[in-house]
Order: sequence, then structure tokens, then C-alpha cells
Amino acid sequence: MDQATSSATAHKGVQELDQVVIRFAGDSGDGMQLTGDQFTRTTALMGNDIATFPDFPAEIRAPAGTLPGVSAFQLRFSSFDIHTPGDAPDVLVAMNPAALKVHIKELKKDGILLLNTGSFGALDLKKAKYDADPRSDGSLDGWRVIEVDLEARTKEALANSPLDARAKGRCKNMYALGILYWMFHRDMEPTMKAIAKKFAKKPDIVDANLTAMKAGHAYAETTEVFQTAYEVAPAPMRAGTYRNIMGNQALCLGLVAASKKAGLQIFLGSYPITPASDILHQLSGYKHHGVITFQAEDEIAAVASAIGASYAGCLGVTSTSGPGLALKAEALGLAVMAELPLVVLNVQRAGPSTGMPTKTQQADLLQAMYGRNGESPCVVLAASTPSDAFETAFEAVRIAVTHMVPVVVLSDGYVANGSEPWLLPDVDALPAIDVKFAPEGKPDEKFLPYQRNPKTLARPWAKPGTKGLQHRIGGLEKQDVTGNISYDPANHQHMIDTRAAKVAKVADDLPPLQPIGAMTGDVLVIGWGSTRGAITAATLRLQKAGHAISCVFLRHLNPLPNDLLALMRGFSKVALPELNCGQLAMMLRARYLVDVQSISQVNGQPFKSQELEDRLLAVLKDTKGEAKQ
Amino acid sequence: MTTVDRPVLQKKDFKTDQDVRWCPGCGDYAILNAVQGAFAKLGKQLHETVVISGIGCSSRFPYYMETFGFHTIHGRAPAIATGVKVSNPELDVWVVTGDGDAMSIGGNHFIHAMRRNVGLKILMFNNRIYGLTKGQFSPTSEAGKITKSSPLGSVDYPFSPIALTLGAGGTFIARGVDILGPHLEDLVCQASGHKGTALIEIYQNCNIFNDGAYKGFTDKDVRDDRILYLQHGQPLLFGANKDKGIAFDAGFRPFLVSGADLGKAFVWDETSDTPAPAMALATMSEAEFPVPIGVFRRRDKPNFESRVQAQVAAAKEKKQESLKDLLYAGEIWDVG
Ligand code: SF4
Repeated sequence: MDQATSSATAHKGVQELDQVVIRFAGDSGDGMQLTGDQFTRTTALMGNDIATFPDFPAEIRAPAGTLPGVSAFQLRFSSFDIHTPGDAPDVLVAMNPAALKVHIKELKKDGILLLNTGSFGALDLKKAKYDADPRSDGSLDGWRVIEVDLEARTKEALANSPLDARAKGRCKNMYALGILYWMFHRDMEPTMKAIAKKFAKKPDIVDANLTAMKAGHAYAETTEVFQTAYEVAPAPMRAGTYRNIMGNQALCLGLVAASKKAGLQIFLGSYPITPASDILHQLSGYKHHGVITFQAEDEIAAVASAIGASYAGCLGVTSTSGPGLALKAEALGLAVMAELPLVVLNVQRAGPSTGMPTKTQQADLLQAMYGRNGESPCVVLAASTPSDAFETAFEAVRIAVTHMVPVVVLSDGYVANGSEPWLLPDVDALPAIDVKFAPEGKPDEKFLPYQRNPKTLARPWAKPGTKGLQHRIGGLEKQDVTGNISYDPANHQHMIDTRAAKVAKVADDLPPLQPIGAMTGDVLVIGWGSTRGAITAATLRLQKAGHAISCVFLRHLNPLPNDLLALMRGFSKVALPELNCGQLAMMLRARYLVDVQSISQVNGQPFKSQELEDRLLAVLKDTKGEAKQ
Repeated sequence: MTTVDRPVLQKKDFKTDQDVRWCPGCGDYAILNAVQGAFAKLGKQLHETVVISGIGCSSRFPYYMETFGFHTIHGRAPAIATGVKVSNPELDVWVVTGDGDAMSIGGNHFIHAMRRNVGLKILMFNNRIYGLTKGQFSPTSEAGKITKSSPLGSVDYPFSPIALTLGAGGTFIARGVDILGPHLEDLVCQASGHKGTALIEIYQNCNIFNDGAYKGFTDKDVRDDRILYLQHGQPLLFGANKDKGIAFDAGFRPFLVSGADLGKAFVWDETSDTPAPAMALATMSEAEFPVPIGVFRRRDKPNFESRVQAQVAAAKEKKQESLKDLLYAGEIWDVG
């Protein structure tokens, strides 16, 4: 690669940058996700730190060229450790007027706009609801506009390809990618390999895609339009082996890893739902690891079958998103009552109701906590980044099988579809998960299904098929120890307390909280889930500016870590940014009587770290103001 | 033969120490008795058998069976049982449900269990009423039924669970009656041997909220003329002297035959490759025709759990991958 690029840039300037944010935007059919994905893989292989954020339109494909049909993929890569895919892009690739209209507002001042002029006909402009051509009315002043007719250039490059005109046109994203590869000194090799593999059975398509990419690269190298290429040095990353990972993938890998460490077979019962379906797809491909997947007739059957699987001695798992979690509520209550292990993966999306399925939100926390009839406590965990999702899934399995409780894992669309380099764990160092099924019963001794482990309060896991363990369980209240149906008031109170205490005891094994920053100060920022990146970035900048601010992230939301209260007490103020109307803030206020300040945003988008920084600064100023009074 | 591993159990061995709490006179007692009798006859072992139920009077059943038992939530028993059976196909899994549990709130799970042919044995107690909630009409109650929730008569039409199951692709479909114990016990034995989903619809008298629902054809004095026993390979004959029969016209409409026409009576084939005759019997008018009981349909078809397990086994055979190889897959790179 080095040779190719060094000759390519011999007569042009090279500028060193420490980070770049690029956004690809085009019609759903323009292959923006694939283009972004290729740039990401290449960049990861080249040693930069990288974070990505795909922004899908609604699932049903809108008419081509219209505003609702615009699909985008943002990526940020750097020579230092980054936490978010960035706020405003430095480079916007707009494949049509609709993409331009939706995204131009966010392009940085002086940023580069690569515009595909091949789709700027009168009809294209009309579909994007432009009254006048934005290229000629001065509305693009202030940005560095590079106009390329990608349609024409691509067709020219593919003159000798046997593909029809339509198929040729579809390669224009690769032409654009070639241009960007030249601009940012990227190696074309990994993409060439990936495309060759992806379309292995269609050599003409492979040829066309590669030809288009190379032509784009050559075009950027030779024409006068492109004066400068940019170089972003590799980031200092912790030593080890990396791969790029998305959140849904990592959840699946975490489950499989935990199942191996526990010696259990996974049974996934699931019903397709955006943005969780990829979990079902991925695990369906792991049959060779013994994974059973069951595409159920509905959300209820999905969780019910998983409960049945756990009852039979498998690791029952179900995956869903908010509306599905609502449907699973009654069955979750059964798992609470029957005290069976169960892992529920809930990839949150923007609600209420159907809401905006492809957009992100963190508003299912209270549903996971309290969205069932009766007093029905579950363990609730949250995954905060794509790679953290691996550990969170692993932890969910550990808790579910050692404490005999249902565990809800909250992810969200942003974690699920975002990607980042993942420092692969040492497989041998992953902790074993100790699972003991109840042994065969002794003749003439009645098996006691609710005789508890004194430390964890977990009841025995009694697999049907084991001699002497016959017993009856169910959703009716039961007597402790014997499991017989009981309506006795004192017993009901005892069982309510016991189920709660069992969940609370999970906190006894948790590692101490590790805030970023000092253990005391003016403001403690508490985060959970996908806000981690934005909170980290904002907090680090504020720390650099001299503020006494720290942040901490909670993987365990129920039970909360035992040391959380003491940590909060070390700060004058506690701020809690979350993508809902203040759900965890409310829980913490109610539980600890601490004046937690909610920083809320519910617009279907992740926090922008700059905006968050401003809002945290306001909290800091407030602290100072109070101190003076 | 009794061995240490597989002792021969008696009917009483299947009883639990719990008091049976159905209303005195309820048809459920007779069904429990027939099932326990069949299980003893079949040489079942307590620890290999799982009884899973939903919600309703019938769903108390697992508490009275000295096997593994799971009393779950309303309508979901077939889904939970599917998870159990697929996870461990060795287990003998029985679902006990009612006309409300299986046909109303759990209708979806019921039809999909049938469609997949999961190796579950489903005993559906049909009393044509909601018992546990004290007497509202059910999806099998006759139109016009006056109940607490339909004081002017129900305007709902009922459906036939047998017809529904035929439509859903059920592979073993039978009907029994609570008070015809030996016949029911025999059906339970037959269902037990079936490899796919087996349904036995059991007409059950709820003497509290729908007493006498089946009196019109089950009372001793009318039984011979009003019940048609389905017998594989035998013509569809009924009456004390088997002097009446049922035949079908070209459009599969049933009609009664007797006398010289008796030879036209349809010869019953429960394994028929078309569900049409079974559908005709399942939907014929109870007022005009005798009520068929016995096996409506029996088809051999590979069951769901063995197909699932076969895929897993084949995938394991084809590809062995360590956990490390799974994690360290795709494009990986080293730093430092
Ligand atoms: S209400 Fe009816 S079905 Fe229920 S136990 Fe009593 S008699 Fe039986």
C-alpha cells in the first residue's frame, strides 16, 4: 500500500490529521452501509482507533431519491483513543440531493463535501424538495465542495464490463470509496479481498466493483480537483489481538463463550424484531457450537420456549426489542416465580408503541425493572459499547445460572449496530461458570425444589429426567422449601422478601466501581448503556479544562452496586445523562434520596458529546454558584 | 418386567399426596383416573414424564401426577412444552389444557405446535365453558348460550377443535369422553406411541357451570344411537345393532345410510392421505348426526425436535471450531 500511495501523492500535498469524521449519505439502495463498513474494516486493520454509527431510514424502503429514503453511515477514526463516532462530520459524501438536504446542516464549517452531481437532475431535486439547485444558489458557500459525476465516471470506467447499465450504476459507491481511499491514504487490499469473497460466485460483479474502486482512486490521484491527501497515524492501542465488532454480534459471542464455560447448551427462542433480529440470525449460524435456535410464532412463545428450555436444563435465552419485552412480561413473571435461569436480551429502540424502530433510545429501563404484575424482581444489566456487550452477556449468564433468576440485558440500537475495535479476550482466562444440577434423589426422600443455597438463596436446578427429583412447580405462590401451593399470608410475605433478597444478593459479588477521575469532586456523572462514549468524551474534556468532574458507568442496574451511594456522597452534585425522560435518575433518587440531576434527551439520536459537555458545564457552574452562596 | 432401573408402577404410584381439588362430580376426576391407568399400563417412569399445563380447572392436573410437573401461564403451555421437548427429546412431555386455554388465549401456540409436529401429547379438556373464572362462554360454547357474560345469549359462533387441528396439520387427532374411561385410556395409550404432536379432545362435563353439555349423546340410554366409534379399517356404523351408517356424497357431505344401503357406509381410514373425510366428520351437525369419537387422523411425519437436533448434530459433524477460533474470526490484527 505504501508504495501505491506514496507515488500517488508524490505531486500533491499530504496533511497530517489526528482524527477525521466521515459521513456517507445516500439513498437506501446506494450501498452506504457497505461502503462505510469497508472503510471501517480497512481503517481498523491500519491501526487507527475507530467508532461508527449507522443511521438507517425506517425499515420499509421509501421511494428512491426521497428524503425518508436517505441512509447514512458515520465513522470517526483517529490517532488517539476515541469514545464516540463524533458529532459533526469533516467530510460528507452525498450521493443525491436528498442526502445533501438531510445531512448538510451538520457538516463542519469548511468541511469537505463530495457531491455526486450525476443525480442532480430536475426530478432528483424535486424529490428532495429543493426549489432551486443548491449548487448554484450559494447555499453551499462555506464548505469545500468537490463535484464528481459518479454515475458518468463509473459507467466510463466500466465500459468493458458485461454488466447492464443498472448494475454498473450500482458500483458508484465503490468509485466514491476509491476516491476516499486516496484522500485518506487507505489500503485498497482488504476491500478487494472482501468484495472477492462476498461475490465469489459472481466474478463480473467482483470485477466491476474493483474496477470502479480503482478508477475512483486513480481519478482522485490524477485530477486537479483533489489537491491534498490526509494522513492519520495509527492510534496507540493496548497490545493484543483485535477484531472489529458490532454490539449484536458481541452479545451472541458472549453467550456462546459463557455457555461453553458453564457446560450448557444454548436455546434461543426468538421472534424477529428490529433492531434485535441479527441476534437470531447470528446464533442460528452457531449450530456447530450446539446452539439451538427456535423462531417462535410470537414474542410470548419465544420467551415461553426459552423458559421451557431452562426448565429442561438448557440455557434459555430470548432476544427482542421494547414492544416484544412488553409481550413477554407475564412469562418473565413466571420465570421469577419458578426461579429458573433465563437471559432476555432487549435491544431498545425509540418508542412508545412502534415508535421509530431504527432509532435508538434507552427508555425500557423501567419496563425491565417494573413492567410486570406483582412484585417481580429481575436482574437488569446494561451493555455500554459493542465490545462491552460481550462481557455483559457473559455476566448475564453467570448471574442467571448461579442465582436462578431471569436477567434482562439492555442494549440499544446504537450499541447493536455501532462498531469498534475489540481487544479479544484470552479465552483460557475467561472465568468458569459453576453449574450444579441437583443430583439424583434418594429413595423415600421427597425432593425439596425450594430448598435454598444459604449464600445465594438460589433454589436447586432440577432437570426432568433425573431420578427421584419429580416435583411440581408453577406460577401459583408456593411454600418455601417444599414448593407446595400455599396461600398462607406469612409464607407469601416471606417469599416476596426472599425473591427480592435473592436478587439483592447478586450485588455481593460485584467488583468495586471504577470511576474515570477522582473519587471525590464537584460533579459525578453516572451513565449506563450506550451513553458511555459521549459521557467519557465530555468528562475527559472537562477534566482537561480543570474541572473536578468524574464519571462512572453502571453495568448492573438491578441490583445496583453496593458502593454506589458512598461514591455519590463524595461529590457535591450527581448528573445522569440518559436517552429517556430520567428513568435511572428517578430510580436513584427514590432509592438513595440523592439529588440526582437528570440530563435527558429523547430524540432517537445518541448524545452529541459537545452538547453533553455544555450541559455538564452548566451543572458544574451551578455547583460553583451554590458553593459561593 | 420389573428391573431396578425400570420398576413396573401401579396406577396409585402416579398419584400425589396433594388433595385433588376439583368440584365433586367434575369430569376431570375420571380423566385423571384414565390417564394414570394408561401411564401405568404403558410402563412409564415418574422421572421421565413431564406434565405441563396452562391456566384453568384442567391445568391443576400436574399437581395430581407424581411426575415432573409445570403449571405455567394462560395459554402458553404448548410453547413452554416445545422448549422442553426440543431441549431434551428423551422426555415424555404431556400438555394438559382446556377449551379456553388452548382454543382462546393460547390458540396461536396450539396451532403452531401442530404445524411443527412437536412430539407433545396434548390433552384438551373441552367442557364448552370457562370454569375457573366461574362460567363465561368459551370458543366451543354453542351460539346463543346464556352465561354471566352473555345474559342475552352469546352471539359468538363456536368452532370445532378437531377441524382446527386438521387445518393446522395435526398428525394425531382423537376425541374421547370423560365418562367412557376404557375408551379414553386406550386413546391415551395410542397418543403416547405417536411420534409427533398428538391431540386428544376430551369431552368433559363441568357439572357446576355447564352441566349436561354432552348428555344428549353420552347418557346410557341414548349412547348407542348417538355415538359413532371410529375404528380404523371398519365401516362407520352405529346403533346397538350397528344397523346405521354414515356415507359421503361426491362433495364429501355426510349422509345416513341403513338397511340395504348399509354397505355404502364409509370405511374409516385414520391414516388417509387426505384430511377431507376427517374434516367432514369433525364439522357435521351434532343434531343430525351421531357424534364421532376415536381417532380422526394419524399420519407419520418426522417430528420437530428430531429435525432440530439433526441439524445441530450435522453442523457439529461438519465444522469443529474452538471457542478461540470463533472469537478470533474474520479480519483480526495484532497491536504491539
Ligand atoms: S368448575 Fe367445572 S370444570 Fe372446574 S372443577 Fe368445577 S366442575 Fe370441574
